[in-house]
Formats: sequence, structure tokens, C-alpha cells
Amino acid sequence: MIELLQEYWQPFLYHDGRHITGLTMTLWLLSASIFFGFIMSIPLSIARVSSTAWVRWPVQFYTYLFRGTPLYIQLLICYTGIYSIAAVREQPVLDAFFRDAMNCTILAFALNTCAYTTEIFAGAIRNMHHGEVEAAKAYGLRGWKLYAYVIMPSALRRSLPYYSNEVILMLHSTTLAFTATVPDILKIARDANSATFLTFQSFGIAAAMYLAITFALVGLFRLAERRWLAFLGPAH
Amino acid sequence: MFENLLQILGLSGYSLKGFGPLLLQGTWMTVKLSVLSLLLSAMLGLIGAIAKLSGSAVLRVPAQLYTTLIRGVPDLVLMLLIFYSLQTWLTSLTTALGWDYIEIDPFNAGVITLGFIYGAYFTETFRGAIRAVPRGQLEAATGYGLTRIQRFRFVVFPQMMRFALPGIGNTWLVILKATALVSIIGLSDLVKAAQDAGKSTYQLFYFLLLAALVYLLIASVSNYLLRRLEVFYRAGFRESAR
Repeated sequence: MIELLQEYWQPFLYHDGRHITGLTMTLWLLSASIFFGFIMSIPLSIARVSSTAWVRWPVQFYTYLFRGTPLYIQLLICYTGIYSIAAVREQPVLDAFFRDAMNCTILAFALNTCAYTTEIFAGAIRNMHHGEVEAAKAYGLRGWKLYAYVIMPSALRRSLPYYSNEVILMLHSTTLAFTATVPDILKIARDANSATFLTFQSFGIAAAMYLAITFALVGLFRLAERRWLAFLGPAH
Repeated sequence: MFENLLQILGLSGYSLKGFGPLLLQGTWMTVKLSVLSLLLSAMLGLIGAIAKLSGSAVLRVPAQLYTTLIRGVPDLVLMLLIFYSLQTWLTSLTTALGWDYIEIDPFNAGVITLGFIYGAYFTETFRGAIRAVPRGQLEAATGYGLTRIQRFRFVVFPQMMRFALPGIGNTWLVILKATALVSIIGLSDLVKAAQDAGKSTYQLFYFLLLAALVYLLIASVSNYLLRRLEVFYRAGFRESAR
């Protein structure tokens, strides 16, 4: 156990001599996919609750597709499936993009988390108290201003508990990255396992690291909820 | 039985470039694996929930530890950890007890692993659902002289299911999608079949898409069935909201 840690602490945390690996890589994957997923899900969630059918339907179809299939298959399609199409390899831009494992992984993760996040935010928008929107309309807010100043700030705050769940699930999903050769924590654990045959210890270290990140995220979101959901607490 | 099924579905050895039967076998593997894991994890979940709600700390603390640790670690990490260690643990156990060597095949190991992981999620689902049953119901059941087991079977369980079903449905879909990971530990499920078929025909995209559609189909069918079940367990409950 001690030898395992002595030999592998560096790749487990940040670097294996050539690439960024381990914890740093996992956190990078997580933040990149969460960032892109969040940015895309805001317009999509507004479209998801639209009263116009042709705006709502494509988004509904997208979330249905990505929430109904395993992320592993989505990653395989992005990483090996798309690149197996000859037309993609002939396009220089597409070729360069899909040849890189990191691009494919972040694309698949971001599309996946975006689908879940869109449904979370759409649910929060749908469940908004009608009085809140009415008051905003009475103040003369209309169109994008209504969304930017009243609906979205309130909906995003209220979806914080569900969103924190999604972020933690996304952290757990980043473990799939090693199947696309991205050197995250689990990849290092597998390397350590195949070099030393200390199965329980190698994967145990990875499990402990993920557990620590999960607890850190839970703590951070609790702080965020105390800050942004304070208005929902009991009156003093 | 399998050959009959193939004929009914019109999948001979020549359909889908000759990979129809392989894909169907993979689908069958995925369904078998997810249903058995669901049963095991639901059982573990019920035991865990009862342990977590019990008065004695000897039962409560291990159950609390089980749900916290398992839900805090990614399922794939746990899968690799448990799957590769299971045989070692079993061997040292049988040696310690002086029994013969028992070998577990990858399929059973997969079911045990998935069942153990999602049992933790079910524990939380059932714990919340049991607590949602009004206390008066329990007191009335005790008043009628029902034994503990009768009380659970006839009073708590039927009412608990209404609260538990949304959670069960969610976890079932998560288990179904998690079975895609077993191809990483070497089981030949739907994903493995699609990958093999795609690699040998150079049409990986097409076959992976097909596998995704199969998952989508299973998820949609189970969504429909779950809605029917929810109607069944809502019997006698009047919705006040709408």
C-alpha cells in the first residue's frame, strides 16, 4: 500500500511526466462538461417550456434521446462511431476535431449533462409561482427582459438542489473517460492495478479520491444554497 | 426457445449483415442482467431501509455507512473494485472455512456487483417511502392485532409503493443504463455485440446507433409499464391538487 502510494501519488494527483493526469484531469473534465452543459441548457430549457410546438419538440426529442441511452454508448458514438464515417475523415476540420480523444469526451459529456440540466431548469421554470411572473408583467417586463431579470434568476436558484445532484452524477460519469484513453483518476488506478496486481488498494485509492471530491462538492453546494436559497428559509 | 424468438422476430442468420442473432443475444444479456440486478438491489434496499429506520444503532450505523460510501463513489469504480476483488474475497473466505473452492462466473459477479451498488440507492428510496406512510396506519394495524410481518405485508408495503414507485422507476432506468458498463469488465452484452459487429463490418457508427435505439426502446417500454403500475398503486388515493 505504502509503496503503491509512493510510486503513484504523482500521476494520481496531477502529472505522469508527459500529460496532465489523475485528479487534475478529472476536475478539468468535470468543469469543462459542466460549463458547456450549463451554457447550452439555459436557452434550451426556455425552448423546452415554449408554447410553440415546433420550438418545444426538437428540444424534447433531444433530451429524450440523451436521457434514454447510456452515456457509454454516446461516448463510443462520439469517439469511435463518428470517426468511422469516411465523410467525416475527409473534412479537415471535422477530422482534426474527432481525432482528439479529449474533444470527443468533452463533447459527449457536455451533450449528456446538458440534456439532464435542461430538464431540471425547464421543470423549475414550469413550477414558478404564477404570481411572480404576473408581478413582473405588471411592472412592464416583457420578452427577454422578463426572462433575464425575473424568471431565470428565480428558476436557477430553485433548481440548485437538483442541479447539485446532477453535478455529482456528472463527476461519477467522468470515470468513463478512460475508455477513450483520457488519463483520469480511474485510468491511473487501472495502470497501478495492472502493474502491481494490488487490485483492492489501487481501486480503493481511486474510490477514496472520488468520495473526497463528492463530499467537497456537497459542501460547496450547501454553501451556495445557504447563499442563494436563503429567501426560502423560515422567516425570522 | 432462443431459436423460436429469432424466427418470430424475422431475424435469421443473414439479417443485419449476419449480426442480428449476436445483437439479439447481447440484448437478452442486457435485459437479464438488469432485471436480476434490479431484483437483488430492491431486496437489499428493503433490508437497508428497515435497518436504517430501526431503533438499534447496530443496524442503523452499517446501513448509513453503506448508503453514504456507495453513493459517494462512481459506479464504474465500484464495479471494477468489487468485480475484480470478489473472487479473491470468496476464495479466502472458503479457505478460512475449510470449504471447497467456489468459482463465480462473470455474469453472477456482474449481477452481485450491480445489485450491491444500486441497493444503496434503493435503501434511500424505500426509507423515504416507508416514512411517508402515516403513523396512524401503523397504530391501527397494531390495534387490530397484526403481527410485525403482517403489518408490513398488508399495511405498510402497499401504501409505501405509491411513494416509492417514482424512485424505483428512476433507479431502474439508471440500472438499465449502467449495464452498458459491464462490457468494460468483459461481459458480452448489447454494447459489446454492437462493437464487435461494427468493427468487423467497418460500420461502427451504424451498429452503435442501433444499440442506442434498443436501449431507448427498452426505456420507453418500461416507462409505459411504470405508469400503469403507478395507477395500480394509487388506488384509493384521491388527488387533491388537480
